[in-house]
Amino acid sequence: MTVTQPAPALPSPELAEPRRLLRRPTSPRGAWAWMTSIDHKKIGILYGVTSFVFFLLGGLEALALRVQLGTPDNTFLSPEAYNQMFTMHGTTMVFMVIMPLSAAFVNYLLPLMIGARDVAFPRLNAFSYWVFLFGGLFTYSSFFLGGAPNGGWFGYQPLGRNMSGHNIDYWVFGLQILGIASLTGAINLIVTIINLRAPGMSLMRMPIFVWMSLVVQFLLLFALPIITVALFLLMFDRLFATNFFNINAGADPLLWQHLFWLFGHPEVYILILPAMGIVSEILPVFSRKPLFGYRVMVFSGIAIGFMGWGVWAHHMFATGIGPVALSAFAASTMFIAVPTGVKIFNWISTLWKGKIRITVPLLFAVGFVAMFTIGGLSGVTHAVVPSDTQQTDTYYIVAHFHYVLFGGSMFGLFGGAYYWWPKVRGHLLNERVGKLHFWLMFLGFNMTFAPFHLLGLQGMPRRVYTYPTGQGWDFWNFVASIGSFVIAASVLVFMYNVWASRKNPKAGPDPWDARTLEWSAASPPAEYNFAEIPVVTSLDDVWHRKYTEDERGRPVLRERRTDAEAHEVASADEPEERPDIHMPSPSYWPIFTALGLPIISYGMIYKSWIPAALGGIWTLAGIYAWALEPQTAPGGHGHDDHGEGHGAAGGPEGHAGSGSGDGDATPGDPEPEPVPAGDPA
Amino acid sequence: MSLDVATPHAGVAGGHPPTTTGLSHEKIGMWAFLGSECLLFGGLISTYLLYRGQSRPGTITPPDVFDIPFTSVSSFVLLMSSLTMVLALAAIQRNDQHRLRVWLLTTALLGATFVGGQAYEFTVFVREGLNLRTNLFGSSFYVLTGFHGVHVTLGVLMLLSLFGLAVRGRITTAQAETVELVGLYWHFVDIVWILIFTLVYLIP
Amino acid sequence: MRRIGWRAQGGRAALVSLAAVVLAGCAKVAPQTTLEPKGPIARQIDNLIDPVFIVAGVVFVLVQALVVIAVLKFRDRGQEEPEQIHGNTALEIGWTLVPAVILLLIAVPTIKTIFDLSRPAEASDTLEVTVTGHQFWWEYLYEDSGVLSANELVIPTGRPVELTLKSVDVIHSYWIPALAGKTDVIPGRVNRMTVVADEPGEYPGQCTEYCGASHANMRNVARALDAADFEEWLAAQQRGPATPAEGSAAAEGLEVYGNRGCAGCHTITGVSEGKVGPNLTHFADRGTFAGSIFENNGENLTRWLTDPQAAKPGNQMVIPGVPLTPEEIEQLIAYLETLK
Repeated sequence: MTVTQPAPALPSPELAEPRRLLRRPTSPRGAWAWMTSIDHKKIGILYGVTSFVFFLLGGLEALALRVQLGTPDNTFLSPEAYNQMFTMHGTTMVFMVIMPLSAAFVNYLLPLMIGARDVAFPRLNAFSYWVFLFGGLFTYSSFFLGGAPNGGWFGYQPLGRNMSGHNIDYWVFGLQILGIASLTGAINLIVTIINLRAPGMSLMRMPIFVWMSLVVQFLLLFALPIITVALFLLMFDRLFATNFFNINAGADPLLWQHLFWLFGHPEVYILILPAMGIVSEILPVFSRKPLFGYRVMVFSGIAIGFMGWGVWAHHMFATGIGPVALSAFAASTMFIAVPTGVKIFNWISTLWKGKIRITVPLLFAVGFVAMFTIGGLSGVTHAVVPSDTQQTDTYYIVAHFHYVLFGGSMFGLFGGAYYWWPKVRGHLLNERVGKLHFWLMFLGFNMTFAPFHLLGLQGMPRRVYTYPTGQGWDFWNFVASIGSFVIAASVLVFMYNVWASRKNPKAGPDPWDARTLEWSAASPPAEYNFAEIPVVTSLDDVWHRKYTEDERGRPVLRERRTDAEAHEVASADEPEERPDIHMPSPSYWPIFTALGLPIISYGMIYKSWIPAALGGIWTLAGIYAWALEPQTAPGGHGHDDHGEGHGAAGGPEGHAGSGSGDGDATPGDPEPEPVPAGDPA
Repeated sequence: MSLDVATPHAGVAGGHPPTTTGLSHEKIGMWAFLGSECLLFGGLISTYLLYRGQSRPGTITPPDVFDIPFTSVSSFVLLMSSLTMVLALAAIQRNDQHRLRVWLLTTALLGATFVGGQAYEFTVFVREGLNLRTNLFGSSFYVLTGFHGVHVTLGVLMLLSLFGLAVRGRITTAQAETVELVGLYWHFVDIVWILIFTLVYLIP
Repeated sequence: MRRIGWRAQGGRAALVSLAAVVLAGCAKVAPQTTLEPKGPIARQIDNLIDPVFIVAGVVFVLVQALVVIAVLKFRDRGQEEPEQIHGNTALEIGWTLVPAVILLLIAVPTIKTIFDLSRPAEASDTLEVTVTGHQFWWEYLYEDSGVLSANELVIPTGRPVELTLKSVDVIHSYWIPALAGKTDVIPGRVNRMTVVADEPGEYPGQCTEYCGASHANMRNVARALDAADFEEWLAAQQRGPATPAEGSAAAEGLEVYGNRGCAGCHTITGVSEGKVGPNLTHFADRGTFAGSIFENNGENLTRWLTDPQAAKPGNQMVIPGVPLTPEEIEQLIAYLETLK
């Protein structure tokens, strides 16, 4: 089954006669190739690189905070600078690092994991990325245009509404733009997962990472509009003096909090579930046994997705919502720990009685389990509402969410980076350097954030630019600040690893002896992913193609007896000549259209209505041109035929298909295979 | 099954190559998008309902300005536009190009009439002293109905675009689904209006 | 074969350091700690959470031990391929139900305490104080006596103090960790909370909801006095301010107070009725000022009056016109010192 859905695109292609100036890119090279690419793999790499740069920026912000707080009564940062730093650190890490890093993984891997050639809407995919990039750049431009956002990443009202300057406006518009990126991505990926699975891949044969991503996309779909509303209300209050958060008009500040947290709580599951999916992929491979309780892992992920909608007011336990509401949310918050806890035990059971290869991906995955457990336990203590009135808005909370978001999400994402690096780049990252990275990061992370539990319980509030000596906080703040630099060192080690390993030998399609479909494609995969769309007969299809089980349930290599031959099985898919497969053509409409959004935003912020309107027209023009452009350029020609079907990593891969035809349909098989009864779950 | 888009939608009527569900990507995508729009309007409606009756005493209230008969007429106009939308889809499904154009244009005009009616209504309200800034009612009312109006306007733009393409013979039975999806959006916008009309105008 | 004890070492190191962290903390002096309650409400909270911390600690040790043991015990030593276990229904049901039951056991007392603490105190000797949050200081109005004060909440020991919580500008949060959990003060809404202190003493706290530039500088102190002392304090507060002796520096200070605009923002009974800043009638009685960030002494007052914005960025005190001269400052301080 293919992705080149001949969209019921509005016109027939003749209408999109390119005028000479606007001729559609056919075999772009270099930077232009990246700017017009609609290949999910390139887009995944773009997401990954861009998010990593934002990670460095967010990290620098964190270091600034920790330098300021390393000693009492410090003057390294002024209060205003500090408030901008902590606002941008949170906003960056949540919206410009963890979310797009997860998008990087899902973009690159999803089609490969489900046996597709690309996502359902390749140009929309590119659009999502460019909108993300422009949204991030737009928000950061505020540093040079009067000051960065300074109302906290959570933007409580009426503080934000009344703040002078444009700092808050950049936050509002920046988040709106970033929201569009995530929303369009969500629609795209939902359709992809539902509609583009290879024949035989029923839902319960999908890799667990795909399942977690599906839940995440639905959470995005439904949560983003809510923060969109909140941001519009704030935007109108600031631009047009509406009354949504105007106390004098009788407004209720809690409206903001309810809207924000109705988004905000599902958001944290958006942040953690992809990493949980990654961990669920890594542990089985390096334990050489299946994920323990695949079905339960799927259902607990879905349960978390649903239950996550019912806990939002646990962020508001000190606001005076009354004992009934407090009790209801205490209960719901406690019980969401059940499906979460189940996952921890299932992961441990995956390791248990395995044959564990202690590689860097495994270390990060195990680190995730250990650190997330700590964050989860502190989370349960927050649910004890009366105690939460002591904990909330202190460093104890900061400890909790860094344990789940850094010790959790980031560790999972780093593990995924090491795990899938050979697939994307064609070679492995250095194992020894990777282990140094892991242990240094593990040490630095715990040194920084473990003390926060204590600081919070000892009464240190959040979001304070300084504290006096004599509170008993001096020592642990100092330790934490040292720890933050250890983390920074570990990040440098990672960057060194990326650079130093670039000439490593080719890894081949399946260096880890893994289980899922992406490992049957080349490393890196050809533009079209699979020469023939695979037919899937079970969960962990690639594993079962390599191994059968003996009477004691232990894996036995099929037919071929050596690793090299096993790898041959996995790579049997790769023909020598590029097969005749049509792929959607590159396009510049996605980046063009995306550019309209910051134009509108700059116009609106400065109340220059003409530029804002022009930006709107720009965007609309881009959408029209895009809609009228067929997914594949007429004839599908114009690509150069390189002959070697598998592009070198990172290079533009133009491929010719000549003539029309059934290039990418599975021969003689127009319909999805009926799903055989009973998966070997 | 041919997947070459160089030839206009070959072969299968409706021209859909196999997808896992049998539905086209666009259709699932539109439903997903509309799902998210439910939450958008849900948020705006909730804001309106939260602030209902909370405006400072002595400032303008709904009964002071609402003209239910007028709004009922424009609501009816919008409702009828959903009917004409259905007729447009039925027309293209049996390749009746003429009626496709007639009903598409009619739907667009009815939608534009609705928006015109809203605009007129708003100018009256403003003259009577209710604007965005007046009080909680003014802010929440205009933002809610304004967002809806923008959605209708974008729908009208899409309909006129379809009409333009139809006039140039670019819409065949193979593109019937596009008409269907624009129709889905249009019906959604209509249903949201029914909700708004009921909650904001009719229920005191 | 390389020593794979790394993982064990790392795990053990983490556990030990965590324990050290927790234990070491208890030995330190932390005036705003939540772990040493000084009143029945804070104690009720503490009693509720202590068992939960213990349960969490046990679970922590159990899970980390399982993780470490799993990785060490089952690491690849060249053994045969592992059995491809897909799951175990009994176990999975078990580790779904057991946590659920544990959580239920935590939820029940939690909900009970929620309702307990939400009830206003019913004692006949309850003291009612309205707390109003400003950017960046706290104002206190003692309802029965009409006493208006700032920054320091003076309360009697052993009696429940009902706080009615309001804000004039943005959301703040009122917190005295030794006595009770925090409650937000939200403009346009009224919240309430109860505090009770067992013993006389000073119990510091601070604003715990980001409220702008000087959020970190919005602190407070609760000063608990025994019954007699409290009554004496209350009586003193209800008296008018001292009139400075003629010709004294303090008298000059009173002139400065009137001429340099202080009167426009501050209230001193019988002298001025400004509502923007704190009531200064008994300023000299307070141990701290400016949102309780400075000790109330001459040196700090000089620094403050020279440039309040530098001392506390973004606060509402802007001296109209030109800055005060050192002479004016000295005279003002002399006057303020008479306001006992």
